[in-house]
Amino acid sequence: MAGAPRPVRVAAGQGFWGDWLEAPYRQVTGGPIDYLMMDYLAEVTMSILQKQKSRDPSLGYAKDFIPALERILPLLVERGVRVTANAGGVNPRGCAEAVAAAARRLGLSGKVRLGVVTGDDLLSRLDELMAAGQELRNLDTGRPLSDVRPRVLSANAYLGAGPLVEALRRGADVVITGRVTDTGLTLGPLMHAFQWRTDAWDLLAAGTVAGHTIECGAQASGGNCLVDWDRIPDLANVGYPIVEAQPDGTFAITKHPGTGGRVTVAGVTEQLVYEMGDPTAYITPDCVADFTTIRLAQAGKDSVRVSGVRGKPATDKLKVSVAYFYGYKAVGTLVYAWPDAYRKAQAADRILRERLRQLGLAFEAIQTEFVGVDATHGPLARRATDLDAVPEVQLRVGVRAAELAPVERFTRELAPLILNGPPSVTGFAGGRPRPEEIVAYWPALIDKRAVLPCVEIVEV
Amino acid sequence: MRKRKAAVKKRVPLLHLAHARSGDKGDTANVGLIALKPEYYPILVKQVTAAKVARHFKGMIAGSVERYELPNLHALNFLLHGALDGGGTISLKTDAQGKVLSTALLRMEIEVSR
Repeated sequence: MAGAPRPVRVAAGQGFWGDWLEAPYRQVTGGPIDYLMMDYLAEVTMSILQKQKSRDPSLGYAKDFIPALERILPLLVERGVRVTANAGGVNPRGCAEAVAAAARRLGLSGKVRLGVVTGDDLLSRLDELMAAGQELRNLDTGRPLSDVRPRVLSANAYLGAGPLVEALRRGADVVITGRVTDTGLTLGPLMHAFQWRTDAWDLLAAGTVAGHTIECGAQASGGNCLVDWDRIPDLANVGYPIVEAQPDGTFAITKHPGTGGRVTVAGVTEQLVYEMGDPTAYITPDCVADFTTIRLAQAGKDSVRVSGVRGKPATDKLKVSVAYFYGYKAVGTLVYAWPDAYRKAQAADRILRERLRQLGLAFEAIQTEFVGVDATHGPLARRATDLDAVPEVQLRVGVRAAELAPVERFTRELAPLILNGPPSVTGFAGGRPRPEEIVAYWPALIDKRAVLPCVEIVEV
Repeated sequence: MRKRKAAVKKRVPLLHLAHARSGDKGDTANVGLIALKPEYYPILVKQVTAAKVARHFKGMIAGSVERYELPNLHALNFLLHGALDGGGTISLKTDAQGKVLSTALLRMEIEVSR
């Protein structure tokens, strides 16, 4: 790098599986970027993917990734933009095969190199690891995983940026991973581009903060932002955030010109505190970032400068996300209209609960909410509301049980209330609620040395 | 003297002094509370204590409240334990991930000088 070093631009293309399908295309076409970062995995996504893979061994990855990438792949090749995506789920190799097939359909054979990161999937090694002394105790409850072992559906360690750096070093244009941390998808490209050392804790912490800032997509560029929310321009064409990083670890959060949304200190701060625990110890596989050292400054319109980030050495553990079968639940609703909408909904709830009690059904929990009165802010809202004037209230009742039978019976107790309960009731056109399986999340730690990340390169 | 001092104070909702964003970690919700202006931050530090937040959410959370300070961002971070009926996929709540506990906190009233 001669002269003034060029900043590296990492663009957020997807903040979760189900995010805006237009975003990756607009990030690639809206202006210059070096990397496109696409985050697909939430905590319980892996178990859903595991279920899909058990039905069809070629599946188990985020299927939406394939058409999204197929649409932009010729542009990526033309412009030299590289992709990091944890779309591989529980089958990164299967995902890579689907991407390779798409590349061939586009006539890009010989022009695309894929990196495949595996080693996060611990399901087949679980008994061996537990026998070797990894108790995988639940971080919240302290219970050992042996409590729920027969019901485990998936188990994945969170890998860090390391394997992404290796894949990029070996020339991968598209890096497809399984369970890699959201932040690692941004930190990896920065470590590779700037050749940051794996013990440069302040730099790694800065890259981690950069990753955290853009990992939820437009939530850092005007989406879901409370400050002056009704004056944020053109959210219909919101520009997803872009990290513009310098080799010294400072960076700006910005977005493409001509896009909607807004990048301000207030909005970036909201994203920084999102899902935060102890701000002095944001623990990742790569480092421990101290969020109390972050300095923010508005550097211009839609540009926030981030500096001062300090980090501490990484721990010798990795987080493991285990998904296990928990039981069943169902949620049903009815809508009651003025007059006395709230009182009618309350009466219906009392009748329903009495009938459930008479049936002797074994529920772990029954939860009632009155949407329009207290569903989101509970008693805080109830106290502030003129309950007689409420035009309508949605009665929303949920039940949870270990067995399917009581949940199934519950789903048949709502409709009768339409004709044999309180009056002025509507909103049941959707029919009976459907029982759902509950797959619960078990967070744990594992010794780093017990997990073996693997990087493969696939030439298309 | 005391009386006069009280007369120059007024009670306002936190909404006028701060903005917020909340999210989840299992059955724990976090609420990040951010001063709208840097000069409001000391007011938040003094008045929005963990104990006061716990009282505010009485009947809505099963566990304790922890508070962390981020003076660099003029922000406080609150962890509300046992706020989400088991959290994630287990919870039967509309707001299973605590996404709008942020604005629920902004309903809190605090005292400011007139």
